[in-house]
Amino acid sequence: MNTVKFLSLAVALTVSTVAARADMLINGAGATFPYPIYSKWFDEYHKLKPEFKFNYQSIGSGGGIRQISAGTVDFGATDGPMTDSQMESAPGYLYHIPTVLGAVAVIYNLEGVIEQLKISPKTLADIFLGNIKMWNDPKIQKDNPGASLPAQPIVVVHRSDGSGTTYIFVDYLSKVSGDWATKVGRGTSVAWPIGLGGKGNEGVAGLVKQTPNSIGYAELIYAKQTKLTFASILNKAGKFVEPSIESVSAAARAKMPSDFRVSITDSKDPASYPISGFTWLLVYKNQKDAVKGRALVDFLNWMLDEGQKFASDLGYAPLPAEVNAMVKKTVAQIKVK
Amino acid sequence: MSSKGWGDVLFKNVTLLFSLSIFILTAWIGWELFKNSKLPMEKFGFSFLWDQVWDPVQEEYGVLPFIYGTIVSSILALLIAVPLGLGVAIYLYELAPPRIGNIIGFLTELLAAIPSVVYGLIGVFVLVPIMRKAGAPYGVGMLTAGIILSIMILPFIATISREIFKTVPQTLKESAMSLGATRWEVLKLVTLPFSFSGVLGSIFLALGRALGETMAVTMVIGNRPEIKFSLFEPGYTMAAVIANEFTEATSDLYVQTLIQVGLVLFAITIIVNGIARYLIYKVAKEAEVVA
Amino acid sequence: MSAQTLAAPSYYEIDLPHYRKRQAVNWAAFLLTGVCAALTISILFFILGYLVYHGFSSLNWDFFTKLPKPVGELGGGMANAIVGTFKLLGLATLVGVPVGFLGGVYLSEYGHNKIGFMVRYAADILNGVPSIVMGIFAYTVVVLPMGHFSALAGGFALGVMMIPIAVRSTEEFLRVVPHSVREAGFALGLPEWKVISFIVIPTAAKGLITGILLDLARVAGETAPLLFTAFGNRFWANGWMEPIASLPVMIYTYAIAPYDDWHRQSWAAALVLMMLVFITSLTARILLRERR
Repeated sequence: MNTVKFLSLAVALTVSTVAARADMLINGAGATFPYPIYSKWFDEYHKLKPEFKFNYQSIGSGGGIRQISAGTVDFGATDGPMTDSQMESAPGYLYHIPTVLGAVAVIYNLEGVIEQLKISPKTLADIFLGNIKMWNDPKIQKDNPGASLPAQPIVVVHRSDGSGTTYIFVDYLSKVSGDWATKVGRGTSVAWPIGLGGKGNEGVAGLVKQTPNSIGYAELIYAKQTKLTFASILNKAGKFVEPSIESVSAAARAKMPSDFRVSITDSKDPASYPISGFTWLLVYKNQKDAVKGRALVDFLNWMLDEGQKFASDLGYAPLPAEVNAMVKKTVAQIKVK
Repeated sequence: MSSKGWGDVLFKNVTLLFSLSIFILTAWIGWELFKNSKLPMEKFGFSFLWDQVWDPVQEEYGVLPFIYGTIVSSILALLIAVPLGLGVAIYLYELAPPRIGNIIGFLTELLAAIPSVVYGLIGVFVLVPIMRKAGAPYGVGMLTAGIILSIMILPFIATISREIFKTVPQTLKESAMSLGATRWEVLKLVTLPFSFSGVLGSIFLALGRALGETMAVTMVIGNRPEIKFSLFEPGYTMAAVIANEFTEATSDLYVQTLIQVGLVLFAITIIVNGIARYLIYKVAKEAEVVA
Repeated sequence: MSAQTLAAPSYYEIDLPHYRKRQAVNWAAFLLTGVCAALTISILFFILGYLVYHGFSSLNWDFFTKLPKPVGELGGGMANAIVGTFKLLGLATLVGVPVGFLGGVYLSEYGHNKIGFMVRYAADILNGVPSIVMGIFAYTVVVLPMGHFSALAGGFALGVMMIPIAVRSTEEFLRVVPHSVREAGFALGLPEWKVISFIVIPTAAKGLITGILLDLARVAGETAPLLFTAFGNRFWANGWMEPIASLPVMIYTYAIAPYDDWHRQSWAAALVLMMLVFITSLTARILLRERR
């Protein structure tokens, strides 16, 4: 029968394309904020140890928390720490392993404005609350006296998915604006008062890049790789600071709790960029699969030593030495059967 | 003919089993959606259908903005696709020489073969900039989604309506012609009224497609859960919110709400497709009776 | 014509301006339908042309042979996604075709009853179920019980989507096998099941394959059901239990990203996917023409 022949042919074809490979795939998912450095790490680590493939899908921090809690991936990633109730509902204890620090850059697409925009916290909150609607609003003009701001409506772009970048951003806005704290609040997904939704840091950066007169927020590396302009933000010490490795590291000079769940937005340090944050890998304390668990621990140790060297090239700040030492101790406590 | 041996009984029952499995499968999909959306049902009841607030922080989930976006973008699509699709169908049926008609018919069907994500790609890089030049502040938005959708559903209306026209008995048309009617009058007074329910069926079928269309819409609608009456404003659809937020939803309630959105979508498309099939069957039956 | 030979007064007293107006409406209306057709075809040509223009210039050897590069780095390809798409389609065939085929055999050979009507209606309904809903279904019945995303889950989702067309096309193509062919079989004293399996089905084989090919072409471009089933994979997927990359999902993720090089690859992937779909449907049509 021809049909049967056709079917068996189809099966044979698809099976033959898959050579037998005996290597190990370790699946992870989550934050898009550190995606550039994670994909770099996993690529480098694969070259080093070809038998291990770390497959990382950048679906957003909300997704990282959800998928590791559901056990559909071997590790998660987030840049908004899990809440206590989320920790409790997970089937096992999850470590937050800090990997690098990053800055949430306020990116914008304004033709004809050459100088870097300066934005103060209240103004930023008002833009994202929809109170400031035009680019040439006096409040924006006041901080940028020389700039010829267009009389165009502001197109706000935010995340449509659950996001740790959103968490850092709205955590900051909640600290600096009472209005924001009461009307919107903090979380990996929030009810945005205005704006367009883009999926992932990639999606927001993509949308801002393609939409004139837009403003959004994304990890610094996305702005740099795509040559998007980003603003400097007035910090708590009263200085306009642009996001950079140095200004993020300055923000990291904070007291680190033992479970690493810390917010470093709106730091007091005069050199700090105020919208900075740690990003974490989520790893179960008790690893069920011995081989995968061992591989994960090996990778984490590599990441804390060799891996950190890749950070600054991609615009992330490496972990401060004392934090790095704390993290190593935690990694040593991961139990592998 | 040989009497029914055990082979015949077995064969018939095996194929029956597979046949019934299609029925069971359809019911199973509905059941899974229903079973996995109990939390929001308990918490919000039916009020989630008309609640407008979508706030994951407060865990308040109202799906009205998505229902609104889904319906408005689909209706926009129909407003464009129905006249255009019927025009194509009439041209193919009445005017086109058979050879050219076949080619154009084939090309129209090709429009339906283009994957949704490719429409999205064209939408993002071609249509959105055009819309922005045309005065839409964002480029993305309800109208952009409607236009993309209209191209996607047009082949359904054109192809099926053309097939429906073919079922109109020749005798009916000839009797109108013999009374001196022009071809257009024959079409207007005989063909269209006769095939009305079938054409309506094809429109419903296209509507069913538009309601559930995911990727292309997600890429151009702007993903904003708010009811805005301007067509240039961004919106959100039920399918798009599932695509964007399903893997990312953090709490059980959030996930189950999205599954419930899927259930609503499932129910709506069943009704719309059910109506479509009924209308098309009806006209096919009438044609048999007359002919 | 007889109306003329009757020489009725009405024929001579025809209201000429009115008649001209009717003729004008006639032509205007049909001209308009011609414009509709021309517009539709130009939209298609525009899309295809744009796709070929951008896709072709973006295609290179790396695209077919290399794995994706880390984010933001230039180059790399989609070799794993191309193979992934074929693997998913293979799985989908295994899931969708047996059910659709045997179900269709029942409908054509025994289905002139209530059950047949019910199943046909269910198949039509299933055909209209939005693809994203299929994704949720596959997520709840495959991904959750297995505990992880997998090629299997993606193939299952696509396979379920193939069933309705497989069942209806099987039914149609078996129906058109002439009765005389069946009777010849019965005349030899063969039982019904042998007549169907060894005479009717082989006679309709080309049509059946056409149906499956068209069905495959339809699901090859599906993205939504794969988002949370097959998921994605930056590497080669081993076997069937691991997440797997596919062309449609890659087009989506690369298209919404801010990188120009990813946009380029997105166009290339779209062109490859389109060619895959067109070649499949064209093969199907050629098979069908030969049959006639």
